[in-house]
Amino acid sequence: MSILVNKDTKVIVQGFTGKEGSFHAEQCIAYGTNIVGGVTPNKGGQTHLDKPVFNTVNEAVKATSATVSMIFVPPAFVGDAVMEAAEAGIELAVIITEGAPVKDMQMAKAHATKHGMKTLGPNCPGIITAEECKIGIMPGSIFKKGNVGLISKSGTLTYEGANQVCNEGFGITTAIGIGGDPIIGLSYNQILPMFEADPETEAIVMIGEIGGDLEIQAAKLIKEQITKPVVAFIAGQTAPKGKTMGHAGAIVSGSAGTAKEKMEALEAAGVKVVVSPAEIGKAIAEVLAKK
Amino acid sequence: MNIHEYQAKQIFKKYGVPTPKGIMVESVKDAVKAAEQLGGPVWVVKAQIHAGGRGLGGGVKLAKSIEEVETLADEILGMTLVTHQTTAEGKLVQKLYIEDGADIKEELYLSVVLDRKLEMPLIMASTEGGMNIEDVAANTPEKIITVPVDPAIGFQSFHGRELAFGLGLTDKDEQKNIIRFASKLYTLYMENDAEMIEINPLVKTGKGEFIALDGKMGFDNSALGRHPEIAAMRDLTEEDADEVEAAKYGLSYVALDGEIGCMVNGAGLAMGTMDTINYMGGTPANFLDVGGSANAETVAKGFEIILKNPKVKAIFVNIFGGIVRCDRIANGIIEATKITDVNVPVIVRLDGTNAPEAAEILKNANIANLIVGDDLGDGAAKAVAAAKGE
Repeated sequence: MSILVNKDTKVIVQGFTGKEGSFHAEQCIAYGTNIVGGVTPNKGGQTHLDKPVFNTVNEAVKATSATVSMIFVPPAFVGDAVMEAAEAGIELAVIITEGAPVKDMQMAKAHATKHGMKTLGPNCPGIITAEECKIGIMPGSIFKKGNVGLISKSGTLTYEGANQVCNEGFGITTAIGIGGDPIIGLSYNQILPMFEADPETEAIVMIGEIGGDLEIQAAKLIKEQITKPVVAFIAGQTAPKGKTMGHAGAIVSGSAGTAKEKMEALEAAGVKVVVSPAEIGKAIAEVLAKK
Repeated sequence: MNIHEYQAKQIFKKYGVPTPKGIMVESVKDAVKAAEQLGGPVWVVKAQIHAGGRGLGGGVKLAKSIEEVETLADEILGMTLVTHQTTAEGKLVQKLYIEDGADIKEELYLSVVLDRKLEMPLIMASTEGGMNIEDVAANTPEKIITVPVDPAIGFQSFHGRELAFGLGLTDKDEQKNIIRFASKLYTLYMENDAEMIEINPLVKTGKGEFIALDGKMGFDNSALGRHPEIAAMRDLTEEDADEVEAAKYGLSYVALDGEIGCMVNGAGLAMGTMDTINYMGGTPANFLDVGGSANAETVAKGFEIILKNPKVKAIFVNIFGGIVRCDRIANGIIEATKITDVNVPVIVRLDGTNAPEAAEILKNANIANLIVGDDLGDGAAKAVAAAKGE
């Protein structure tokens, strides 16, 4: 078992024939991901990486029954690509592209929600179910199959965390990078219950960052709904205070979003909080030994 | 990206958002000319820096004669203004905004920001204008009115009524005026991909009209490509010179106070590396994210920027390659030692994509001062020890 994606998941790639799309789609195929085709306007009918290319997501979904789209289109076209996927009946859009305008993401996410499509990202490493399905840009080789679920805002800390878990002799069910942009798709509070419900996942690693209050909300949810052990790290304890011009942002989030505040909230919710990412592996070994 | 008050007011004018008349100047001579052109009888001399709290810091003053404008301009231009939003060193004032005095009956507060939870713009208003709005939020949260606007429907009259009644406006003309004002502000927020607009104070005049006495604006950097006229408003003198230089090479750099220079890929791991150094008893000298497209040239540039800081006693290179390939970083380190004089120990931890190749490259290069870290914890411990001269 795993969450959201597995070896049978049919995946298309939007921005399939571009430089980034090609490079990473090839890596995903090599990992074993069931990529069934891709979309690049005006290249419909061609074959790329031995997979069919379509002009529209609609055509691609009709021809392949794909349920997930991995999006690599340039930043200015991300909003459009997400909305197209939503209307074509895609169930999950994994948005890798960095630098999508926030306004576009507001519109796109609202539209995706309206059509019942989940989104991940933007500006995220993607999602990987170890040894089954990699939809994203993470180095696949470090993710060994196991019993730990991982959620992270940061891409490289996803790799760091997974690597440590595997070096301790454990492995990963599914690892997910949710991205750290102002507007993101699936977040801790949607993903944590999925890990709770997944019979193979026995412990969860949660990696957060300063800013916003998603981790504080997660602490509330963990206290109420999560029975599996959670290990957390919040990056940015030593980060300098942001240079702000107005104060408006801090008031909206209702909190300063400091690492300290988040770590305390998570600890109060029974989470094992580590002060350095170098301690993640050991902490997982500890909580799993107690079970 | 943030802009100056005078630039924000140029945008306000374009959208019909009322502001007092004003002229931006960069010399005392021009300040006098501007005052004459505006006509008086009172003027406000305002320091233009990217920070709030200018008034309390002595950067905003009222003048009742042209002579007084001259004296104040001379005093404020070139001064280093320290406010609660600047660093302790403060900011040098290089530009002034000479503005007409306004007929102030009441001072209110109005802003538009992104509400991350609701994922839509939020208009905030308060009767407590002219004060530090953070204090208002902390002490009297009931005095802040919040009205989210769903971009799918845009600003409607009911949003405006929420604001008008929330601010306790009973006069129908005043209600109409604030609704029109807020509607224009919402439009300019959306059309320009703003991140935030803050007007503090928003002034109600004796005639029941509303005027933006101040204006702060920040923009979504990711959307600047479609707003060349706003991108052109960027004032590089307001930004840290090293950060600007680093950004040219795709590096994200922030100077800190410590002794261990850091070069890391990814913002999260970069912060995590700083946290680890701190946890092990060391102090990070900087935040540096080499980004996803790091190559030999950018790594060499990163070393150069880190080594400019005389406090640096060791450098910790911590790379977990995903998109970034470790062999490229290794070549970059070798390149850097050729270009710059790397006179401090360099602790290198390379993991992920092409890490074995990278280890081979570094081994063969035979660089003095180079210490290999096996993992994050080991690398950080060695960096801390090296910085202490152990």
